[in-house]
Amino acid sequence: MAKSLKQRLAILSDAAKYDASCASSGTQRRDSSASGGLGSTEGMGICHAYAPDGRCISLLKILLTNFCLYDCVYCVNRSSSNVERARFSAEEVVWLTLEFYRRNYIEGLFLSSGIIRSSDYTMEQLVRVAKDLRTLHNFRGYIHLKTIPEASPQLIEEAGLYADRLSINIELPTDQGIEQFAPQKHPARIRRSMSDLSLKIEAAKEPTLKTKRRQRFAPGGQSTQMIVGVDGATDATILGSSVDLYSRFRLRRVYYSAFSPIPDASSALPLSRPPLMREHRLYQADWLYRFYGFNVAEITSVRADGNLELDIDPKLAWALANRDRFPVDVNRAEKEMLLRVPGLGTTSVPSILSARRHKRLRLDDLERLHVSVRKVRPFIMAEGWSPLRLTDRTDLRELFAPKPKQLSLFG
Amino acid sequence: MIRLCLRGRGDLAEWRDAARALLRAGVGPGNVEWQVRDAGADLFGLADDPLPPADPALPAPTVPSAFLTLADAVICHRDPARFALLYRLLWRVQGERALLSIPSDPDVARAEMLEKAIRRDAHKMKAFVRFKEMGAPRDGRRRFAAWFEPDNFIVGRTAGFFQRRFTDMDWIIATPKGSAAWDGQTLTLSDEPSEKPNLIDDTDDLWRTYFAHIFNPARLKVQAMQSQMPKKYWKNLPEADLIPDLIAGAEDRMRDMIDREATQPRPFHYRIRERE
Ligand code: SF4
Repeated sequence: MAKSLKQRLAILSDAAKYDASCASSGTQRRDSSASGGLGSTEGMGICHAYAPDGRCISLLKILLTNFCLYDCVYCVNRSSSNVERARFSAEEVVWLTLEFYRRNYIEGLFLSSGIIRSSDYTMEQLVRVAKDLRTLHNFRGYIHLKTIPEASPQLIEEAGLYADRLSINIELPTDQGIEQFAPQKHPARIRRSMSDLSLKIEAAKEPTLKTKRRQRFAPGGQSTQMIVGVDGATDATILGSSVDLYSRFRLRRVYYSAFSPIPDASSALPLSRPPLMREHRLYQADWLYRFYGFNVAEITSVRADGNLELDIDPKLAWALANRDRFPVDVNRAEKEMLLRVPGLGTTSVPSILSARRHKRLRLDDLERLHVSVRKVRPFIMAEGWSPLRLTDRTDLRELFAPKPKQLSLFG
Repeated sequence: MIRLCLRGRGDLAEWRDAARALLRAGVGPGNVEWQVRDAGADLFGLADDPLPPADPALPAPTVPSAFLTLADAVICHRDPARFALLYRLLWRVQGERALLSIPSDPDVARAEMLEKAIRRDAHKMKAFVRFKEMGAPRDGRRRFAAWFEPDNFIVGRTAGFFQRRFTDMDWIIATPKGSAAWDGQTLTLSDEPSEKPNLIDDTDDLWRTYFAHIFNPARLKVQAMQSQMPKKYWKNLPEADLIPDLIAGAEDRMRDMIDREATQPRPFHYRIRERE
């Protein structure tokens, strides 16, 4: 019997939930006041709901179909899996996006697909949805399209014209990993496609000589996802691979997704799955690299095995391994060093810099800047406060490592 | 002591007019008592003194634009002390020009905290308003209504967002702290409390399906969800009553996935692989 729209929506959102990205920020600002249409993007993306897994629901994240010719070991949609299969028509996805958007459930669409028939055929279907939304329905909300690496350049061009963001998943941090667990994918081709995208995105930022108008091509940039814990890669390898992607292809984001149990898993998968905390620590380290001026080697050299600590965050781990750099004087230190103090961040540091122009800061001044004095105290000097030398304290780790947690009661 | 009584529903002009007169008359913050004319309040305790005349000997007051931006947000807060706080800041900024750039000053810190609460409240409104369709289109335009319960008087400052986004449809957002409505031509704002409309929209069912299936039971993080989507919002979110069951069933669903033996692929898998 044919499946109803609701049944297919269930199957195709189940199939899409392992992609971590749901961001809807970072594209151009636009709205519908002039066009009289539907939709806007005003800088910061909005999370319209949160699932009990703590993840933000910002976009309608679905697959056009979960039939797939490929057999990527970690994937719920691989050809050897026995999950139920379904397919939407392009019109159905357009309808769902618009109706969900009108009710303010979502910021837009994140559309991906299993590979059916051919790469070009699949990509064509994805592009059609985006094109219809923009041209037939005057839709100005957010669109993220997954890009099929082998698709033809004309299709990619078109995708970039209608989508805010394009992404190609690198899937695993090493080439060997990709070859072993995604045998139909080719790391070199994935990287070539990323490089093509990055050139087009950069080129579109420059006004053309002839028309002085900017081309539109994926103004929200490109992102990718890496699955953590399928192959044996260390955190140092994973982060090294991210830095390579950030610097070579100017990615907006690398998403890390701790490999998670899936229905009908392949027996070729590792038995133990990585703790979710590992994924969290990778995001923190990624953040330190992008916004705090750390380089990855500093963060990953704390432990000899190249992995991040699980029980304390990477910034604290770095500070404890570099005690001779502390205490930091909040009234004199450079911004770069303030950012390295555990407990200070990109919000509090500018406040400190601004406040200290007018007076010498004491601990209670920091309190009013919403700094947790308990946390930063051992690492800083302030007016009327200097800590015991860090090198003299042996209990610091205990001071910060989380207390054994009580069983959480739901509700 | 001058006692003033304001409606206090997020209207900056109302407070600004009073504050300007007080400043020109040289009335210090310690000599003003600000009150809110609240429907439920004891009317006998309220007084609304006439505003004092300006003192020509005083220099014209200065109001930095950063102060106005801050005040525009703070005035929307429900904190009864907001009028006094703003007047104290305005008074002090006449002498202490750099005051607003000292975030560690207790008055500045308090005002920034209220401003932040307003920003958060407005952000949550943009996120959690849920439109429901009201019957058939009229004059070719589809019609929607939403009920939302903000903590503060933010409907006015947030309405523009909805107008720029939902331009091609008619809508009304009703709240206990005012309402906003758009008909394609005019944005109509009111600060009168609204009644909760009673609407049913079938599309909510599809959204609930999506919400239940995009959730990964192997990654339960209830606290992370609740810190971003506090329970006070749940009663107006069509998806929220699914949450307790999703949480309760997660453990079993995950066990089931882990314990299940790997299955044999179907024939089409072998056919595809043979072609390689
Ligand atoms: S190409 Fe690989 S990762 Fe993508 S849907 Fe198919 S099997 Fe899954």
